[in-house]
Amino acid sequence: MEEVLNGLPKLGSAATAIGLFLAFLLILFFIGARFRGRLQGPVAILVFLGPALILVTMGLIVPAFRTIYGSTLDANQEEFVGFDNYAWIFDTQQGVLVNTVLWIVIAPIASTALGLTLALLLDRMRRESVAKSLIFMPMAISFVGASIIWGLMYEYRDPAKEQVGLLSQVVMWLGVDDPPNWILWQPFNNYLLMVIMVWIQVGFAMVVLSAAIKNIPTDVVEAAELDGAVGWKLFSRVTIPMIRATLIVVLTTIMIAVLKIFDIVRTMTNGNFGTQVVANEMYAQSFVQFNQGHGNALAVVLFIGVVPLIIYNVVQLRKERAIR
Amino acid sequence: MSVEAPEFVILPEPEEGKSSVTEAARRKLSSPWAVLVVVIITVLWTIPTVGLLITSLRPAADAQNTGWWTFFRNPAVTFSNYAEVITGGSNAAIGITPYFFNSFAIAIPAAIFPLVLASMAAYAIAWVPFKGSTLIFFGIFALQVVPLQMALLPLLQMFNLGWSIGDIPIFPDLNKPGSNQSLLAGTYIPLWIAHTMFALPLAIFLLHNFMAQLPRDLMEAARVDGAGHFLIFRKIVLPLSVPAIASFAIFQFLWVWNDLLVAITFAGGTPNVAPVTSYLANLKGTYGAQLHLTTAGAFIAIIVPLIVFFSLQRFFVRGLLAGSVKG
Repeated sequence: MEEVLNGLPKLGSAATAIGLFLAFLLILFFIGARFRGRLQGPVAILVFLGPALILVTMGLIVPAFRTIYGSTLDANQEEFVGFDNYAWIFDTQQGVLVNTVLWIVIAPIASTALGLTLALLLDRMRRESVAKSLIFMPMAISFVGASIIWGLMYEYRDPAKEQVGLLSQVVMWLGVDDPPNWILWQPFNNYLLMVIMVWIQVGFAMVVLSAAIKNIPTDVVEAAELDGAVGWKLFSRVTIPMIRATLIVVLTTIMIAVLKIFDIVRTMTNGNFGTQVVANEMYAQSFVQFNQGHGNALAVVLFIGVVPLIIYNVVQLRKERAIR
Repeated sequence: MSVEAPEFVILPEPEEGKSSVTEAARRKLSSPWAVLVVVIITVLWTIPTVGLLITSLRPAADAQNTGWWTFFRNPAVTFSNYAEVITGGSNAAIGITPYFFNSFAIAIPAAIFPLVLASMAAYAIAWVPFKGSTLIFFGIFALQVVPLQMALLPLLQMFNLGWSIGDIPIFPDLNKPGSNQSLLAGTYIPLWIAHTMFALPLAIFLLHNFMAQLPRDLMEAARVDGAGHFLIFRKIVLPLSVPAIASFAIFQFLWVWNDLLVAITFAGGTPNVAPVTSYLANLKGTYGAQLHLTTAGAFIAIIVPLIVFFSLQRFFVRGLLAGSVKG
């Protein structure tokens, strides 16, 4: 009870902050609305766009350049070392890079493929909403929570004793006498961690793709069916091309999420047993080893990894805009 | 000015009734195999969470030495795991309660701030014609994929030491004179600011997509009636965008509630400001073997997002769709 009472002022300070924030904006709006005539447009742009642009500049653009610059400095960010930090990554951290590439390729494709399958199956069903809700539910669970949930699934016990982890138990029911200690089982433990990500992301892929499939105009499908397209042909010649843009969005969105994956690896293994990825190594270098040069260089590597994704997405978006 | 006919506005929503296949074809295609596959996947997807819930309700010895599925043979239920995690006890030194309050105090403002700022920016890009608006839009779109990791160290430095270009201070140095402690240390402010900054690109992108589809006639009619941008924004665009704003608010609330990286970077692990995710990560690190405690803690941490999710699922789904399904 006492702890609950101690918590209330915290909510009070949050409410105060929101109040101040809104009051500030109201004043800004009040002043902005006074300008009329020629000044109206420029003032509106300044007031509407200004705060967001300032925050984005201070929070993302400038830090990005500082990080790039910092990646050429030493551990304490004092002396210029050129590309030494990058050389360190490519010489000593190859395992981390390989793991990250595996994550970016496997987890998004698996999530999207499974999500697409579910969306297609559910499109033909009546009572879809229960299944949809349950498959979508992990999306609301934090990566840390998911790691505890799956840690329980992967829990290892001596095969002679009673099992606590469901995976070991199922494998033993299937006739394997000595299941491995899953989390230490290199290199397959990487895939077991990816399962957690797929568990979370499939619902997202399913819901978005399912809506895209429902949005395909009925006459297109009917025309194709009149022409004799059924089953696989209908799927590959009509359905897939019609939802292509959405498929790409889903895939790249999950890829971006995967690239920044940090919580799962940190909570499950803390990067040990050959499961380290760039995002978690970056945190470890910056805040545990206090080697900011290495940390910055790893962040830049992450960034370079997504640049192709950005370019591809922008090109796609431009095409769509041109059509509209 | 009369703008009281929102029923003329076609909101971009997923249409539940419309389907790609006609009703007859739908029945023909609905094979028992498809149903079976869906049922199997649904069960597989639900089992892990059920296991967590059951384990958290079992006595310590049962939870640590037997599988949770044996619960059905030997049903013993206790709430002592929850009592211990909530208040702290012999096994877990500090309870989850202060962290639970922190999560709310972080997540609610961190959902509201970016939404308000993003809806303003989205309106400007969509409906205030100016040179370079397309460039800004694509620039913001591209910023979405700048990894959080790239901003962490510089932002932390800004909060701790301030920023200046030459002698011009951009962000003040908030260190208390003579000490090595920033005034912001131990407050929620760095977390709010950081979450707001990181959320803006996606929020602007999604809200812009929604607002750009509002009918042009409506804006022009209001303009002809003499309404300025501030009036149009408040009286027309904001009310019409409520579905999109609500969707993204839920989305952002869940994101912040579930975040670990920003939390441990800017809040440390103290019960004064750190959220439940940070507590859980510690609990798993320190008391990982105490399955009855980690599961109870995890369930407390995920119950809020689950309630939000199940009660507001419609909005949540709509938010996702507004962003990623074209037209």
